Amino acid sequence: MAVVRIPPVLRPAVGGEKELSADGASVRDVLESVAERHPDTQAQLFSADGQLNRYVNVYLNDEDVRVLEGLETQVGDSDTLVILPAMAGGARR
Amino acid sequence: MSPSGAEVLREIKSRIDEVDPAQVREQSSNGAVVIDVREPEEWAAGHIPGAKHVPKSYLESRIEGAAPDRAQHLILYCASGNRSAWATRTLVEDLGYEHVESMTGGFTLWKDRGYEVEQPRTLTAEQRERYSRHLLLPEVGVEGQQKLLDAKVLLLGAGGLGSPAALYLAAAGVGTLGIVDNDEVDVSNLQRQVIHSTERIGVSKVDSAEQTITALNPDVKVKKYDLRLGPENIMDVLPGYDVVVDGLDNFPTRYLLNDASVRLGIPVVSAAILGFEGQLSVFKPYDGPCYRCLFPVPPPAELAPSCGANGVLGVLPGTMGLLQATEVVKLILGEGDPLIGRLLMYDALAATFTEVRVRRDPQCPICSREPDAISDEEMGAFPDYEAFCAGAH
Repeated sequence: MAVVRIPPVLRPAVGGEKELSADGASVRDVLESVAERHPDTQAQLFSADGQLNRYVNVYLNDEDVRVLEGLETQVGDSDTLVILPAMAGGARR
Repeated sequence: MSPSGAEVLREIKSRIDEVDPAQVREQSSNGAVVIDVREPEEWAAGHIPGAKHVPKSYLESRIEGAAPDRAQHLILYCASGNRSAWATRTLVEDLGYEHVESMTGGFTLWKDRGYEVEQPRTLTAEQRERYSRHLLLPEVGVEGQQKLLDAKVLLLGAGGLGSPAALYLAAAGVGTLGIVDNDEVDVSNLQRQVIHSTERIGVSKVDSAEQTITALNPDVKVKKYDLRLGPENIMDVLPGYDVVVDGLDNFPTRYLLNDASVRLGIPVVSAAILGFEGQLSVFKPYDGPCYRCLFPVPPPAELAPSCGANGVLGVLPGTMGLLQATEVVKLILGEGDPLIGRLLMYDALAATFTEVRVRRDPQCPICSREPDAISDEEMGAFPDYEAFCAGAH
């Protein structure tokens, strides 16, 4: 089971969890397993054609999966997937 | 009876080669190394441009640092031509240098002839005291402190991130701090915006920040921009700054800043915060990825938490703003490994730092091109630019 780190903006969609364990041999399998259990994450992670949304980065350990093999990148049990959507936020108000 | 010092000197001068200042100018441009053998305070008061400084009292131990090659043509000078004569004899007769000359008349004659003089910049006694803990660090020292004093840093926002960054950059002696903010101090800011104070509620943030900075360090010149950064003014504000500290609260301006900073070649130290978590990275144009390489498009408004009021732990922007200030100082000094091509995530509740790599995108719409090729129209552009976050600020 790989560990998936959930960013603050997605936490409401996964019941507030910071980390999930999810099964899957590839990045796609792992993220789909997350989306299956937490349907609210589906539209946030994937575009209509099943690709990763371009405003979401996913890292296998510390490497962007886009420079690996994208959603088909193989994931091992001891790997961590980091989901990172863009954040903007000084704290003006 | 032993000869007098004056007799010995005369005798030495008859043995060594001497050279007139007029020839020194010519020969230094032909590759001769000019070495000033006077004391540090004499050097500091002015010296021949391009000369190296090896005080006579350290001649034997330090000359190899300045002139490792014994066949190198060296010209030594002092104030009047006597100390340099002794030093020339030492280099030739004791240390085996082959081609050494002493400049007649020394620096006094050089100046009398009206030749150019380089005046090294020095710190005042007050500055030596103020920055003494910097001066003790070999990575900073007088030279590094001068770099800080010469540096111009632009802070986008005197808010949660900008407040601590501005305070520490001012304390460090960064000579010019530009501050862009069109807000006024509100009581709800004070939980984290530590550059302001209760008595300044209602005062413009740039004025309030200036007061605090000036009280902390009068060396710092504050340039106030009481405006909201936008496409209409960014190219008036950014040019001339060495580093930008980005504490922006919205995506449109963040993309605009990215594109303008790439075009101008200005590194941006960027941070973002939400709740108990922060992100930090350094975007140095063409040395590493730009913001568009990391996030080519912004998230839709419902996933962009900046578009509404969000909670933030007050100390978190303090932590992130100081990490920004640290990166700024490193960039100015040219020391250490800046956070270029890396994104650091800090989770305050877990007390963990996580780092991921950020690559340059060879297809990046902005930084894959030459700076001049980026047009005004393209800067800050992305789909729904106008509609994005409309009314959210």
